[in-house]
Amino acid sequence: MKTIADLVAESAFFRELAPPYQQILAGCGRNVVFKTGAFVFREGDESREFYLLRAGKVAIEVDVPGRGAMIIQTLGEGDVLSWSWMVPPYKKRFDARAVELTRAIAFDGACIGKKCEADAKLGYEFFRRFTVVIAERLAATRLQLLDLYADRP
Amino acid sequence: MRTDLDPRGAEATALDPMAVASYAVRRLKGETDDTFTLELQPVDGAARFSFAPGQFNMLYVFGVGEIPISISSDPLKPKTLWHTTREVGTVTRAMRQLKPGAVLGVRGPFGTHWPVDECEAKDVVIVAGGIGLAPLRPALYRILAQRDRYGRVVLLYGARTPADILYRSELERWRARFDLEVYATVDRAMSGWRGNVGVVTGLIGRAPFDALNTVALVCGPEVMMRFTVQELQRRGVRAQAIHLSMERNMKCAVGFCGHCQFGPWFVCKDGPVFRLDRLREWLGKWEV
Repeated sequence: MKTIADLVAESAFFRELAPPYQQILAGCGRNVVFKTGAFVFREGDESREFYLLRAGKVAIEVDVPGRGAMIIQTLGEGDVLSWSWMVPPYKKRFDARAVELTRAIAFDGACIGKKCEADAKLGYEFFRRFTVVIAERLAATRLQLLDLYADRP
Repeated sequence: MRTDLDPRGAEATALDPMAVASYAVRRLKGETDDTFTLELQPVDGAARFSFAPGQFNMLYVFGVGEIPISISSDPLKPKTLWHTTREVGTVTRAMRQLKPGAVLGVRGPFGTHWPVDECEAKDVVIVAGGIGLAPLRPALYRILAQRDRYGRVVLLYGARTPADILYRSELERWRARFDLEVYATVDRAMSGWRGNVGVVTGLIGRAPFDALNTVALVCGPEVMMRFTVQELQRRGVRAQAIHLSMERNMKCAVGFCGHCQFGPWFVCKDGPVFRLDRLREWLGKWEV
């Protein structure tokens, strides 16, 4: 059976991180499973963890009064879910729901934060990776906002 | 390479570009709320209509007007012509009202085509956005008809919402095949949708193809194509292996009127399918 350290080392997100750092971060992770339809977290929840998805699919949703829950984005294998644990007010801003059986590694944000504070190089490497994720999500969201396929004469 | 399955070669273009042939509507099929497919047959019944994947016709609704629409049917079945379009203006609104048996004028085929023969022995990545799937469908028919000649074939498709997915039942059939990878995504969906939500460019990073041995065929809104190009190149696909179908205001279809000028090119005559390295310096320039 693979350890968390093995899974961290195999993941695209952490693959190029130095093995000692992979080991340190793995110490902050635990395996989690979400059944189809289960919420990974709800809007307004305390944000203490982020997730590295190993398998399955998660929908990031927001409830629109009168219309119901709207899916903003889906994430799948290899994707990172949630960065609200890094920024005040440390609350989840959206709902996240497993669209299918989903396996993930949940990382304790406080644990990671302490490790990064103790080793600035680790902190740089870790947040550099998160910055790429955030930039890519922002670019994708901007494209979605353009509503490119809308009916235009 | 010209093949027995390719009724026309690269030179496939109307011999008399101004000659209008009469075609009768055989069927009009609603695809989504605002898109439909016209199935046409020549009025004389016997004529074959040869075209290459990616080419377009000028369709003339008598008394209303003429517009360019890409051909979306199977080039190996030249007796019926399909054109999928969106209802956006006077001509397409009139077109949608046509009943079976109604006659309209067809000029064509026009323009350059997808380099399907160039794709042989390579992986093929087809990236379509919205109604951009329509001009790519003939290329996919051609590839699937000679499936063993190609490497991996991947179709990445993005639509606005689940209700806007074009050729839905056909996409489902394609997805069930073992020799074709189909990934679809929508820009937005309500809870309960089990597919992907996100922009189509987000599918490129994880699509299974060998970037160094891949030909990419891309069609969709121009902004989507620009970002698709960036993602393909980030994966390592060469500019010479990326082909885009451009859209401009085409009127005459033969490069006389100049309405569809795009930098040094006329989209109707030099396109609509362009290799990226011919276009690159003009993409994203708002002046053109």
